[in-house]
Amino acid sequence: MKIIKDLKYTASHEWIRVEGNIAFIGITDYAQSHLGTIVFVELPEVGDQLSKGAPLSVVESVKAASDVYTPVSGTVTAINEELIDDPEKINKEPYESWFVSIELSDPTELENTVAGEEYERLSEREE
Amino acid sequence: MKKTPIYDLHLALSGKIIDFGGWALPVEYEGIIAEHNNVRTKAGLFDVSHMGEIVVKGSNAEKYLQQVLTNDISAMVDNQVYYTLMCYPDGGVVDDLIVYKYNSEYYLLVVNASTKDKDLCWLQEASHGQVEINDLSDSYALLALQGPKAEEILQELTDVALDELKFFRFNPELKIAGIPALVSRTGYTGEDGFEIYANPVQAPLLWESLLKDGAKHGLKPAGLGARDTLRFEAALPLYGHEISQDITPLEAGLGFFVKLNKDDFIGKQALVRQKEAGISRKLVGFEMIDRGVPRSEYEVQVNGVKVGFVTTGGFSPSLNKSIGLALIDSDYAQEDATIEIVVRNKSLKARIIPKPFYKKRYKGK
Repeated sequence: MKIIKDLKYTASHEWIRVEGNIAFIGITDYAQSHLGTIVFVELPEVGDQLSKGAPLSVVESVKAASDVYTPVSGTVTAINEELIDDPEKINKEPYESWFVSIELSDPTELENTVAGEEYERLSEREE
Repeated sequence: MKKTPIYDLHLALSGKIIDFGGWALPVEYEGIIAEHNNVRTKAGLFDVSHMGEIVVKGSNAEKYLQQVLTNDISAMVDNQVYYTLMCYPDGGVVDDLIVYKYNSEYYLLVVNASTKDKDLCWLQEASHGQVEINDLSDSYALLALQGPKAEEILQELTDVALDELKFFRFNPELKIAGIPALVSRTGYTGEDGFEIYANPVQAPLLWESLLKDGAKHGLKPAGLGARDTLRFEAALPLYGHEISQDITPLEAGLGFFVKLNKDDFIGKQALVRQKEAGISRKLVGFEMIDRGVPRSEYEVQVNGVKVGFVTTGGFSPSLNKSIGLALIDSDYAQEDATIEIVVRNKSLKARIIPKPFYKKRYKGK
């Protein structure tokens, strides 16, 4: 399982890359490998206001549909349109495949995330 | 969870084990799409030992099966296999199954794992003691070798000429890699292939021999995920989806396996009435026009009004697009018509297309 050191992670297998007040959100290598080949991704719209824990995206693999929830609150500033045309990119490059960027309304929520080493331990325990 | 005799070998092959109706079975090894494509182009080996095997024997066996099953059992010859349904008096389906005729006093019924106990009760109740019915599910492991290379692979492990084993026929006692087995030219993938029944004790060795010898032909293990996408593309029904207690075989387009002109059988009256009155629901195939993945039980609408539901939906690896089967009001079941699939409260456009989505490639007919 691949983990990028500088990212923040959640126990529900999202990664977050913070640039100033903007958070880019995607799903981890662990998540994509458990979903299997991804064939469709549904993204919110730019301008949508999301509270932490709200549905952010639906990822459809060959097996089933899985919900992705936002780990932070804020306004969607961009969506990654590339994933709509090439959803399998999430399987191939999970850490390049950001789903959305969100302007953080409460940066303290990031305190609930974990660092790479801790995430690795969490995922191993799930196996 | 119950384990098949192959369980440890699935683990050794890094199979992702899931709970499939109480059975611990691999959903995939290297990935559903890769396994699916390997079965379509070369061959795949499935462990389907969870399936139920029920023996019906006695001098009244043929007469009895003719009464409980929808297909014409009296037309079968020895060593033939029939696909058939078993219906309730109202025409709903108890289960779909395949029947192996050894002779007119001995038949092997292979039923779905999830419905086996229900099937057994139903068969017992209908028998009134006129036949002997035994559940031999624990005495059989079942491997399915499927794909265009299946015959070539199996032929290397047996002396019996397999090109003489025709589609939906079986050989009750042939040896594969020295292991006694019942082999039929049947399957659930839309490809040529065989289903191999063997003693559970010898099944792991059989599995390993097939994989080892078949490797040079591209044989790889395949999981339940690929089994489902393969059968779905070939529009082969799955109990609980295309057929159920609430969906008759006629609605599901399986009239060929329901012989309404034979003597009385359970469900006949209701099915005759349904046919005479006109079948009001029809199973259709569709492809998505809008982007999205249809799944079982999603609502189907026309102009915003519900006309049916999706029975199976998903991404088709062979066609590289999202397709589905849906049971809809016959009035709307015209090819090329546009329907709407409700995906998470959004109405997405789809087009009715002919099924099967994937043209079956059986050999030995």
